[in-house]
Amino acid sequence: MANLNINIGRLQLKNPVMTASGTFGYGIEYSDFMDLSRIGGIFVKGTTLRERQGNPYPRMAETPSGMLNAVGLQNKGVEYFINHIYPTVKDIDTNIIVNVSGSTVEDYVETAERLNSLEKIPAIELNISCPNVKEGGMAFGTSCLSAAQVVSAVRRVYKNELIVKLSPNVTDISEIALAVEAEGADSVSLINTLLGMAIDVEKRKPVLSTITGGLSGPAVKPIALRMVWQVAKAVKIPVIGLGGIMNAADAIEFMLAGASAIQIGTANFIDPTVSIKVVDGINDYLDRHGIKSVSEIIGALEY
Amino acid sequence: MKKFILDLIIKENRKLSDQYSLLILTSSEKLPEILPGQFAEVRIDGSSTTFLRRPLSIHFVDYELNELWLLIQVVGDGTKRLAELKSEDSLNLILPLGNSYSEPETKSAKALLVGGGCGVAPLLYLGAHLKRSGFDVSFLLGARSKGDLLQLCEYERYGTVYTTTEDGTYGERGFVTQHSLLNGSNFDNIYTCGPTPMMKAVARYAAKTKANCEVSLENTMACGIGACLCCVTDTIQGHVCVCTEGPVFNITKLKWQI
Repeated sequence: MANLNINIGRLQLKNPVMTASGTFGYGIEYSDFMDLSRIGGIFVKGTTLRERQGNPYPRMAETPSGMLNAVGLQNKGVEYFINHIYPTVKDIDTNIIVNVSGSTVEDYVETAERLNSLEKIPAIELNISCPNVKEGGMAFGTSCLSAAQVVSAVRRVYKNELIVKLSPNVTDISEIALAVEAEGADSVSLINTLLGMAIDVEKRKPVLSTITGGLSGPAVKPIALRMVWQVAKAVKIPVIGLGGIMNAADAIEFMLAGASAIQIGTANFIDPTVSIKVVDGINDYLDRHGIKSVSEIIGALEY
Repeated sequence: MKKFILDLIIKENRKLSDQYSLLILTSSEKLPEILPGQFAEVRIDGSSTTFLRRPLSIHFVDYELNELWLLIQVVGDGTKRLAELKSEDSLNLILPLGNSYSEPETKSAKALLVGGGCGVAPLLYLGAHLKRSGFDVSFLLGARSKGDLLQLCEYERYGTVYTTTEDGTYGERGFVTQHSLLNGSNFDNIYTCGPTPMMKAVARYAAKTKANCEVSLENTMACGIGACLCCVTDTIQGHVCVCTEGPVFNITKLKWQI
């Protein structure tokens, strides 16, 4: 049994496997199938200052080895989270991290401020990369200036670990990573979904109500892996890798490329217990290679 | 209700027509309690174009024989794979998912179960359940043609069966909502599943006759357990997940123009 502990700044993980925002609800949706305390963390559904109804149906299209979604940050708002969801998840023995989104810098700041006071929320993930809302979201994450502005403003008010989730829909993701690092981000997570599209040829109409949506699943994995590798070389802060991870080998690829931890997203839909299998698979890999601690494989790619 | 991920074994794959197959699944362990109207998320292996699980209605559960039935209509590569499964093959399902049809409030209630196409799937189990609870059950089943009306004898065990076909090859000609049964009789509770235009027409009839009406929606889904929020429908309470708040909805809760 290898040592699977990982630290992301002040965030202590019992292992590097976490579940990605928007694919794992608040964790409790999966409690019938698995012991939630076996994973390193749960990134809960994107939370905004006020309730959002999200986009109209249809919001999803299956694509080759993946899916497009256009949920549009449906959630009941941060107050509802604090009063009704937090009490039900705070005692889960893992890191519960809230993904925070907004339409304006003020929205992000106010939402982050309210989450500051929650004892069992050790970190937030600032979502400056949602491709599915008209205003804000990805708009913040696609220019260095706006990414820096929102991170800087949130950093001033938020005391715990600040993770910034990056958009792959940019020319050079390393530049954005450097910009948010300079403003005090403790770590970055990448990638959010890639902007994509699907058409129903019989109806000559887009499949999604929003025409475009975010692509996820193994289809995006090579792109995510390349971006994690580029960003890990560029920044000094820890990188959390995600994008199409389906099994332990995928997770290890991200860690070898430089990720200190990983998130599992779309794979949860196909196998709700996949995250535990990835934890066990990483341990098997380390044992098989005689590696004592998972931290030894971070960025250990040889080339 | 607790949800399970189960590997069930194919006991029989009964080809019902060119398009339809009946998968009879079993397990070495006792099947969990499943309510009429609930569904399963079925993992499809070996299909290059089927990435996500497929939500399928529970067609019937026989606890004595420890059998679970799925009615498969071949529409794409995923359902084609399911139709090709052989005895002893294994199938991975997450179940039971979603809510269920509700029983009528009065014991003397007359129930009408209206299904079209593959939408008949949950109605067999519902009919069996209602009959066992002592309700008067009628089925009104519609299809394109005679060959698409499947296993009518199964429904006849639980109620009177009325049929329509669009080409008039069996039962009355036309759509279910044109059946003469609807001119004379009065039903207290109407349950329906099938194509949306059919369900809307049934909902109109129910509204006109002041019957309580429940419909089962089949929005495209990813997770089936309320995590991804992809399958929402618009209700008087805003967007809700069909997989957890449904698939069965009382029409008074939906924002349907009927």
